[in-house]
Amino acid sequence: MKKLLLSSIIVIVGITFIGRLSYLQIFSFSPNQVLEDTAIKAIYDYPERGYIYDRNGELLVANQPAYDVMVIPREVKALDTLEFCSLLGIRKTQFVDQLKKARVYSPRLPSVLVPQLSKEDYARLQEKMRKYEGFYIQKRSLRFYATNSGANVLGYISEVNESDIKRNPYYKQGELTGRTGIEKQYEDVLRGIKGVKFIQKDRFNRVIGPYKEGSLDTLPEQGKEIHVTIDKVLQEYGEKLMHGKRGGIVAIEPGTGEILTLISGPTYDPALLVGRERSKNYSKLHYDTISKPTWDRALLAQPSPGSPFKTLNALIALQEKVIKPETTIRCYNGFYVGNKKRGCHCGGGLRNMNSGIYKSCNAYFAGTFRKIYDKYPTTDEGMDVWEKHMKSFGMGDFLGYDLPTGRKGRIPNKEYYDRVYGDNRWASSYIISNAIGQGEVAATPIQLANMTAAIANRGYYYTPHIIKTISGEPITNPKFTNPNYTTIDKENFDPIVKGMANVYKIGTAKWLRIPGIEIAGKTGTVENYTKIDGIRTQLTDHSVFVAFAPVENPKIAIAVYIEHGYYGARYAGHMASLLIEKYIKGKITRTDLERRMLEKTLEAEYAKPYSGEEFKINEYVW
Amino acid sequence: MSGKSVLRRVDWFTIFIFLLLISIGWLNIYSSTFSEENKSILDFSTLYGKQLFFIGISLVAIFILLSLEANFYERFSSVLYIITMVLLLGLFVFGKTIAGATSWYDLGFFNLQPSELAKFATALALAKYLSDIQTDIKRRKDQLFAFVIIIIPVLLVIPQPDPGSALVFFALVFVLFREGLPLIYLWIFFMAVLIFITTLMFGTIWVSISLILLIAIFLLLKRATFKVPILPLSLFFVIAVVFSLSVNFVFENVFEQRHRDRFSLWLRLEKDPEKLEEIRKTIGYNTYQSEKAIESGGFFGKGFLEGTRTKGDFVPEQHTDYIFSTVGEEWGFVGSATVVLLFSILLLRLVYLAERQRSDFSRMYGYGVISILLLHYFINIGMVIGVLPTIGIPLPFFSYGGSALIGFTALLFIFLKLDANRLKEWI
Repeated sequence: MKKLLLSSIIVIVGITFIGRLSYLQIFSFSPNQVLEDTAIKAIYDYPERGYIYDRNGELLVANQPAYDVMVIPREVKALDTLEFCSLLGIRKTQFVDQLKKARVYSPRLPSVLVPQLSKEDYARLQEKMRKYEGFYIQKRSLRFYATNSGANVLGYISEVNESDIKRNPYYKQGELTGRTGIEKQYEDVLRGIKGVKFIQKDRFNRVIGPYKEGSLDTLPEQGKEIHVTIDKVLQEYGEKLMHGKRGGIVAIEPGTGEILTLISGPTYDPALLVGRERSKNYSKLHYDTISKPTWDRALLAQPSPGSPFKTLNALIALQEKVIKPETTIRCYNGFYVGNKKRGCHCGGGLRNMNSGIYKSCNAYFAGTFRKIYDKYPTTDEGMDVWEKHMKSFGMGDFLGYDLPTGRKGRIPNKEYYDRVYGDNRWASSYIISNAIGQGEVAATPIQLANMTAAIANRGYYYTPHIIKTISGEPITNPKFTNPNYTTIDKENFDPIVKGMANVYKIGTAKWLRIPGIEIAGKTGTVENYTKIDGIRTQLTDHSVFVAFAPVENPKIAIAVYIEHGYYGARYAGHMASLLIEKYIKGKITRTDLERRMLEKTLEAEYAKPYSGEEFKINEYVW
Repeated sequence: MSGKSVLRRVDWFTIFIFLLLISIGWLNIYSSTFSEENKSILDFSTLYGKQLFFIGISLVAIFILLSLEANFYERFSSVLYIITMVLLLGLFVFGKTIAGATSWYDLGFFNLQPSELAKFATALALAKYLSDIQTDIKRRKDQLFAFVIIIIPVLLVIPQPDPGSALVFFALVFVLFREGLPLIYLWIFFMAVLIFITTLMFGTIWVSISLILLIAIFLLLKRATFKVPILPLSLFFVIAVVFSLSVNFVFENVFEQRHRDRFSLWLRLEKDPEKLEEIRKTIGYNTYQSEKAIESGGFFGKGFLEGTRTKGDFVPEQHTDYIFSTVGEEWGFVGSATVVLLFSILLLRLVYLAERQRSDFSRMYGYGVISILLLHYFINIGMVIGVLPTIGIPLPFFSYGGSALIGFTALLFIFLKLDANRLKEWI
C-alpha cells in the first residue's frame, strides 16, 4: 500500500488531467475559432449598396455620405464644451451623457458621439475638429432617395437586431439590412458581400498585426445595381392623385407581369427614414394607427372586391356552359334570395351579359351565379369547381410576387362555410353575395390588378414582379417569365371584354373616356361596415375600379381601391382613367378631371367615424 | 570514482525525459515571449534568451552535481539545510520585492529565489534525519521532529508572502508515509478535504446522510468477520458532522469574500449562471483566459508561434505559472496530453528508481524528489486547466525562472547521482 501510494496518485492525476484536457480541447472546442477568438478582430470593409433605378433607367435610390462624430474617451483633453456643443448642435447635458455612455462602453475604443451629421454641419465642424482631441469624424454611407414617392415599395434599411443575427450569421451588430419592400426582398443583391480583414490584438485590444499574414482576408464584393419595373413618373403622379385619400393602386403590364406602379395612400417621403431624425419620424409613422402610412394597402388591404368580381363569375359561367352571352335574366330592380329582396341600381329590365356588365346588374349576376351551382348535383361540388376557376386567376392565395409582404385574399370554399355555418348547413343562397363580389370574398388590389391583366391577356397572366434587371441582366426566373394559364378558354373572354369596353362607352364609366384610347374596365362599389362602440355601423362605400387599355394589345392593367370613395366611377374610376392616360399618352388632356382629383380629399369622410356624432354615409356632394 | 562510471551508471532514460521537458518548455517560453521584431534566440535581453542562459547554467550544474562524491550530499545535507534556511531568513533584511513578494536576492545579473533551493535542501535534510539509525518514524517524538524540519521553511516562506511555495514543503509528508507513518493521518486529511468540499457543495444534511449510508455499507460488508466497533464509528460520525458544521461557519464568517469567490468559482457554488460568468471573468480572470486559450487549441493546436491568445498576452503570467496554456493553445490536445504523459512517465520512473535503492537515505530523498515534483505538476497544471483553485507555483522544467530551473535540476540530479552510486553504497 505505502509503496503504491505515490504511483497510484501519479496515475490518477494523469488520467484526471487528460480527461479535463479532452473535455476542453475536444468536446468544448468550437471550430468557429477565428470569429470567436477575442484575440482576433475582424475588420469589415463594406461595399457600397447597389443603386435602384426605375424601368426607364431613372434613378430612384442611391447613397449619400453621412458623418458620425466619434469619441475615444481616454484621449479626450479639456475642451471648450460650450463651443463644441454649439458646433455639434446638441445640448451640453446631452454631450455629457453621451460621453459618459461612451466611457462605460470602453475608454479605449471609439463610440459614436453624434450620429449622422448633415453635409453642412460637417463642413462647419471639419476645420475646427483639430482643436478637440479624442474626437474625430467617421464617414458612413446612407441611402439617398432621388424621389419622394414609393416609400412602401422601395422599403428602408435599418440596423440588424438580435433575431436577424441569429437567423443569418452573416450580419454583425451594427450592420444594416433591408427592412421592408425592395430593400428587403433584394437585400442579398443590393448589399454585396463585405470584405474582411483579420487582425491580431492583444488583451488591451491594441492591434499587433495582421492575423496569419492576412491569408484569411477577403475583398468586398460590390452591391449590384438593379432596375425595377416601377415607372417613376407614373408612381409619382399616382401618389399625387392619392393625396388626401386612403387606398391602394396597382398597375401591371399584362404582357410581362411587370408592376408599373404600386401606390399606397397615405404615404410618406422615404427620406424621412434616413438620417438623424429617423427614429423620431419612424415612431410618428409607425404609431399612426388611424391612417397607417407604413401599411402597404396595395399589397395588404383585402376588402371585398365588389363588382369587378362579376367579370370572373361571368367567365366561369361561360366556361361551365351554364349561360350564353345572349341569355337574358330579368332584373326587378333587385332579386330575391328566398323571400328577401336584394337591391340593384341598374334600372331594371332584361339583362344579357353585355348590359349585365356595363350596367353592373346585381340580379343578372346573382342568377348567373346560381346557374353555376345548379349545374352540379350538390352545392359542395359546385363550390369546388367555382373555387378551382377562381384560384386559376390568382385569387384567394399569395400571388408569388417578389415583395416581402402580402395577403392571401379570400375565396371561400366549402370547408370555410362548413366552419362558419356547420357541416352542410348552408346552401347556394347563403353564398349568393359572392356573385357580386360582396360577402365572404376578399382580394388585395394587386390581386385585382392581376385578374384584370389575365382578362386583358384573354386567359393567362405572368406572376406580377418588381425586378427588371440585376446589373443590367434581365431576369430569367421562370416563375416570372412563364405565363400562368387560367382555366377559362380564350374565346370566352371576348363577351366579357366587350362588356367591359362598354362600361366606358355607354356604362357606369362613360364620363371617364379618354379620347383616342379604347379602355375596358369595371366599376365597383363595396359596402363596408365597422364597429363603433360595439355597434355594427355601415360606412361610406369603398370605391373600386379595374381597367385595362388599349382593349386590343393592352399595355396597362390597373386596379384602384379607394377607401370610402363612394361609388366606383367616382374616385377610383377617375384615378384609373388619369393614370392610364398618363402612362399611355404621357400627358393629361382632361385637366378639369385632373384638377378635381388633385384638389379633392376624403379627409372629412375619414374623420366621420371618429367624430363621435351621427353621420351620413354615401353623400352625393361632389 | 571516475566520471566515466557515472556516465555509464546514471539513468539515461530519466535524463532523456528531462531534456525533452526542458526543450519543450523553452520552445513554449519562446513562443509566449517572442516579438516579431526580435527573432534572435541568443539575445539575453529577452526572456527566452535569459531562459536559454539558465538552461546552460543548469547543464553546467548537472555536470558538477554528477561529479561530486555521492556521500557528499548525505554528509552535508544538514549544512545545506541550515544555509538555505539562513538565506530564507536573510530575505527579511536583504530581500528584493517583486510583485509584492519579498522572495529574491538581487545578484545583479539575476535574482536568486532561495525558496527554490530550500526545496531540495529540505528533502535532503528530511532524508538524512529519517535514515538515521536512531530515528523511528513510529515514535511520536520523531514524527514531530520530522515535521519540524518541514515546517521551518514553511514558516519562513509564508510571510514573504509566497503561500504557493510554502505548500510545496508539505508534499514531503509523502516521504513519511512511505517510511511508515500510519496512513490514518492521510485518511483523516483526505476525509477532512472531502467533507469540506461536499459540505460547501451539498450542505451538512446531505453530508450526514451520506456518512450514515457509508457506515451502513461498511458494516454490511464487514458483518461476518468483524466485531462492530460502535464507539469509534459513532465518534467518527460525530466529529465529521461537527467538522462539517464548522466548515459552514468558517466559510461564512472567517473567510473573506475573495476566498469565498475562489471557492464559488472552483466548486461552481454560484448557481446563477450570469453571476458565475461574472466571477469567472473577474476573480477567475487568469484561469478563465488560460482555459479559453487551451480550449481554442482544439485537437491539433494552432501551431508553433500561431497561438493568437498567446501572442495577444491574454493569459497573464503566461511564461511563468501559466506556461501550460501555451502548450494547450499551440500544440492542442496532442501536445498537452503528451506533456502530461511525459510528467507521468518521469514520476513513475523516479518511483521505480527510488524503490530500487539499497540505501535508506537515497530512497527517502528519492521520495522527497517525487513528492515535490508531483505537487508542483499537480497544482500547476490543475490550476491552469481549471480543476484546482488558483495557487501560484511554477511547472517544473517549463516555467520561466532561473532559480526554479536550477533548483529543480539540482533536486533531480542529486537523486540521479545517488542512484548511479547505489551499487557502491557498501564500498
